[in-house]
Amino acid sequence: MAIQNPTKSNFRTEFDVNKLLLTLAGICGFIFLWHASVKWLPVDAFNRLPDPIEVVIEWVSTDPDYGISIFTEDYYIHIFYSTYRALVSFFLAVILGVPLGIFMGWKGSVYDYANSLLGLLRPVPPLAWVPIAILMFPGVEPAVVFVTFLVAFFATTMNTLVGVRSIPDDYYRAASCLGASSIDVLRDVVIPGAMPSIFTGLQIAMGAAWFSLVAGEMIAAQYGLGFVIWEAYNLIQYPTIVIGMATLGLVGYLSSALVRLLGNKLMAWHEQRLGLHT
Amino acid sequence: MSTSKMKVEGPLTGKVSIRNVTKVYDPDGANVVALEQFSMEVPAGDFIAIVGPSGCGKSTLLNILAGFDTLSQGEVYLDEEPLALVNKPALPGPSRVVVFQQGALFPWKTVLENVTYGLLKQRVMGKSDAEAKAMDLLARSGNLEKIGGLYPNQLSSGMQRRVEILRALINDPKILLLDEPFRAMDTVNKNTMHQHLLKIYQDNPKTIMFITHDLEEALFLADRVIVMTTRPGTLKLDIKVNLPRPRRREMMASKEYLNLRQQTISAVREEAKKAFERGERELA
Repeated sequence: MAIQNPTKSNFRTEFDVNKLLLTLAGICGFIFLWHASVKWLPVDAFNRLPDPIEVVIEWVSTDPDYGISIFTEDYYIHIFYSTYRALVSFFLAVILGVPLGIFMGWKGSVYDYANSLLGLLRPVPPLAWVPIAILMFPGVEPAVVFVTFLVAFFATTMNTLVGVRSIPDDYYRAASCLGASSIDVLRDVVIPGAMPSIFTGLQIAMGAAWFSLVAGEMIAAQYGLGFVIWEAYNLIQYPTIVIGMATLGLVGYLSSALVRLLGNKLMAWHEQRLGLHT
Repeated sequence: MSTSKMKVEGPLTGKVSIRNVTKVYDPDGANVVALEQFSMEVPAGDFIAIVGPSGCGKSTLLNILAGFDTLSQGEVYLDEEPLALVNKPALPGPSRVVVFQQGALFPWKTVLENVTYGLLKQRVMGKSDAEAKAMDLLARSGNLEKIGGLYPNQLSSGMQRRVEILRALINDPKILLLDEPFRAMDTVNKNTMHQHLLKIYQDNPKTIMFITHDLEEALFLADRVIVMTTRPGTLKLDIKVNLPRPRRREMMASKEYLNLRQQTISAVREEAKKAFERGERELA
C-alpha cells in the first residue's frame, strides 16, 4: 500500500539537462537550416528572404531600417493591439462557451438544440467569416474580434461538452446516494469532472484565437502583428515580416503557457495523478 | 468522541422485503427479462451475498434498491415501508448507499472531503463536526486518518475501496449495497479487503447486500448466499452460512465450509454454463 508523498518533487520540476540540450539543438538546427537555405542554396526565391542574422540585427536595432524593432514604440503598440484582441475574444469565448458546453453536456435537450447547429458552423474556416463580419459590425475592430472569438468559442464549447460527457455515471450516482441535490451535482460533479477537458479546450482556444486573429488583422486592421506582417510584405520590408512572425510565436506560446499554469493550479488532484505515473 | 465503537441505538433497522420483482428492458422492442418474479426477505443486519453469472440481473436488483432503476412488476419494502413500487420507484438517497464496482470516490476531492460529503450535503451536521466524525472513523479503521489530506489517485486501489466503504458507512445507511467492490483485485489484496470489510461489519452491524460472482468470497463473508439463475434472473439457491464470526481464513478448510461449497458450486457452474451457451447462441 504505497502512498505517494505529496511533498516529494515530481518529475516535471526536476532539472533535466538532456531535455534542455535537445531543445537547444532543435532551435539551433532550425536557425542553421534557415541560414543555409537563404545564403547557400542556389534558389533565387530563397535568396531573396532575410537570413537570421539580418532579422536579429533589425529586431534589436535602436534605429531600424523599416521602423519596427524592440526600441520603437510602434512595435509595442502592435503587440498591445493583437494581445488585446486575442484576450477579449478568448474571455468572451470562455464566458459564453464554458457554460454552454456544461449545459449541453448536462441537459440532453440543450444538447439536441445546439449540437447540430454547432456541427454545421464549426467547419467554416475563420477567414470565410471575415466579409460577413465586416458587413455585420460597424467598424473593423469588432469584426476582427468577432472572427477571433468564433473559433475560440467553438473550441471551448466542444471541449467542455466532451468533458461533461466523459464523466462516469457512477459519480452522479454516488453523489445522489450521498444526498446531493441537482445543484450540488452540478457544482461537485459536473464542473470539477469536466475541468481537465475544459482546460484542454482553453489551451486550444488560445492557440486558435491567435491563429484567426492574424488572419483577420491581415485583411481588416490598421494595427496588430498580422497587419505588421502583411504591410511589411506589401512594402518589401522582409526582415519585419519575420520579426512579426517570431513575436507572434513568443506571445502565443506565453499565453498558452499561462492558461496551462492556471489549469495546473486549479487542478491539484489532476496534476498529482500525472506526476504519479506508476 | 470517546466511544471506541459506533453503537447502534434502538432496534436494528434495514429489513428488506423483495416481493415478486420483475424487470423487463425493452431496447428496440426486444423484451429482455432481467429479473423474473424475484422474491427475498432480508432480516435487519444480515450480511447477504448475491452470486450469479454476468447478466443474471444481480446488478439490476441492486439498481432497483438504490433507486437508479425502475421495476416492471412487484414491490420492495424497507422496514415495512414501501421503498420501490411500479408507479413509484425508489429515489437514490442516504438510506441505501452504494459502493461501486469501478470505484466512485470523487478524484477532485481529498479523502476527508469525500468521507464528509454525505454528512454535509444532507446537512446533518456542520463542517467541523463532520470532519471530526470522519477523522474518528478513519482512525478506527486501521489508522487511515493520516491519509485524510490525500487525493484518491495518491492511494492504492485497496485503500481507495476502504475509503469508499467508509464514505458510505458514515451516513449510517440502513443498507450498504456493495456491487462487486473487489472484482479487479488480486487474491492477496482481496483477502486483506475481506478482513477490513468483516471488521467494519463487526463494528457496525447493518444490512449488507454484497454482489459478486466469486462464490468463495460470498461464502467466506456472508450470513446467507443467494445464487441467482441466468437471465431471466430468479432465485436458484438460498444457503445459510453457519460459520461462526469472527470469520478467519482457516475456516475455509473446515468441513462445514467445504460442505457449503459443495452444495453451491454445482448450482453456480450450471448457471454459468447456461449463460455461456446462451451467449454463444446470441452471437451465432
